[in-house]
Amino acid sequence: MSKRELRYVAACGMLGTGFRAKSLRAGVARKPDFIGCDAGSNDGGPYLLGTGGITSRARERDYQLALEGAMTLGVPLVIGSCGGSGLDHSVDEMGEWTDRIAKAAGKKVRVAKIYAEPDREVLKAKFRAGKVTPLFGARPIEESTFDSSTHVTAMMGAEALQAAMSEGADVVLAGRCSDSAIFAAMPLARGFDAGLAWHAAKIMECGTAAAANRMVQDSMICTMRDGSFDIEPLDQKFRCTPVSVAAHSLYENSDPYRLVEPGGTVDTTASRYTAKNERIVTVTGSVFEADSPYTMKLEGAEQIGYQSFAFGAIRDPVILDQIESWRDGAANQIRQRISDDLGLDEGRDYALELRLYGVNGVLGRREFVHGRDGHEAVLLMLVTAADEEVAATVARAGNHIAMHFHVPEWSGSITTLAYPFGPQVIDRGPVYRFTLNHAVATDATELLRYDYEEMGAK
Amino acid sequence: MTRLRDVASLIRSKNAGPFVLTIDILFDTDEVYQQVVKHPALSQENVASLLGIPVDDIRLVPYPAGQAIKVSFPRPVVAGSPDDTDVTGGQQYAVLVDLDVSESAST
Repeated sequence: MSKRELRYVAACGMLGTGFRAKSLRAGVARKPDFIGCDAGSNDGGPYLLGTGGITSRARERDYQLALEGAMTLGVPLVIGSCGGSGLDHSVDEMGEWTDRIAKAAGKKVRVAKIYAEPDREVLKAKFRAGKVTPLFGARPIEESTFDSSTHVTAMMGAEALQAAMSEGADVVLAGRCSDSAIFAAMPLARGFDAGLAWHAAKIMECGTAAAANRMVQDSMICTMRDGSFDIEPLDQKFRCTPVSVAAHSLYENSDPYRLVEPGGTVDTTASRYTAKNERIVTVTGSVFEADSPYTMKLEGAEQIGYQSFAFGAIRDPVILDQIESWRDGAANQIRQRISDDLGLDEGRDYALELRLYGVNGVLGRREFVHGRDGHEAVLLMLVTAADEEVAATVARAGNHIAMHFHVPEWSGSITTLAYPFGPQVIDRGPVYRFTLNHAVATDATELLRYDYEEMGAK
Repeated sequence: MTRLRDVASLIRSKNAGPFVLTIDILFDTDEVYQQVVKHPALSQENVASLLGIPVDDIRLVPYPAGQAIKVSFPRPVVAGSPDDTDVTGGQQYAVLVDLDVSESAST
């Protein structure tokens, strides 16, 4: 077995979650072959994909340190899912950051921008040809779904990143991208075993999530060899153990033995995790099964309307003793008055929910604790409507009814809700839902667009 | 009574994509894991009933390498829909925390 090694650093689990500058410097001192970081997540719901990307000073700070590290070494920096959901304009925005940071450092960099919002007509043709299939749990779609979605992304795999690096890119700014692909691309291109390369990448993309004593996000380093890889936190205080690294395969994944990646699945049934020392874990035995045909994951979100809400707390034990029937009475009164006074009907014009925190606000119908067991509760009144003005109107009228809704034991009008702020009703704007969570049969790059630019110092 | 929280080092939940929820139960030692994984309270049928999910929709995976048990199931509502009460799925593990896993307990 050869003694060759490939080392790479993950700045942190997600751009903006932060890492210690000292940890990244320790990683740079080990002369890695590249640095990577993912910038995206769908965990926050469909909002990001619906509206566009996020930007913040924390994300910019993390990016700057990672880019400066890569420029110092002259090795590639790979960023996936720019802006959170990997939209085209977020790729461009990170391009602007890159130009500014490189100029300030007096460096010239070749930047690959990979756009992952495919042409809708191309996607519709794929759909008509039967090449788009739902992933587990996805709802049925029609051809029109591709038009009604505000954004549709195709999640790129390692191939697109490899193509950019082979074109000499110093910085790869990828739109929607598999988090693992960021870290698998170069090891695969250099011929390391696919099972180990993908498995290592899956662990590294979450930064210190795989550490046994993780307190905060921080930088990690991976060393690939033929037949094994090592996972090591860059802060000396953090430790990885065989159990902590193995347990990481559980995270945000439905089966720890089957890690689904673009182009195939890592089978970890035969993976072995051993302690190299008290901080470093060596993994062997992971196997990659390639998909046939190749597929990419499509994600999409569409706007379903607007939402307004009010949030008020209840402390009166007389109300708390009958809180669910009081809530139901208030909801009925709201529906009636809105219909009588405004001619707006629930179901047709709007949706109303009076959710009770302190009762079953989190688990809903799965709640198994019944009856009153607390001394405070919160009423969240949520109104969703296709029309923005309807949502705003119903929420205001409804809130006024709820805040004075009759309590049989009290004779006369009371105020039933304590509000933490005014105005009491908040119009939170457009709301979205996920439309696409589908696989499309395609080659690895036909749905993507590439743009190469020289940036920074002239 | 021994509750799951008394023997587990970590119980957590999270989305595995927008359409699937997943719960992890981790243990500090292999010995505790081996005891608890066999407990009838953690049978596929009982966990399904606690979560209010049809038993055929649940995937319960014992994972000895991680000293952990994994439970995955389709989300009752898609993440971030207007009627979703837990957009990241972060608190859905709560139904299992006080589960009785005493040696004598059966379901």
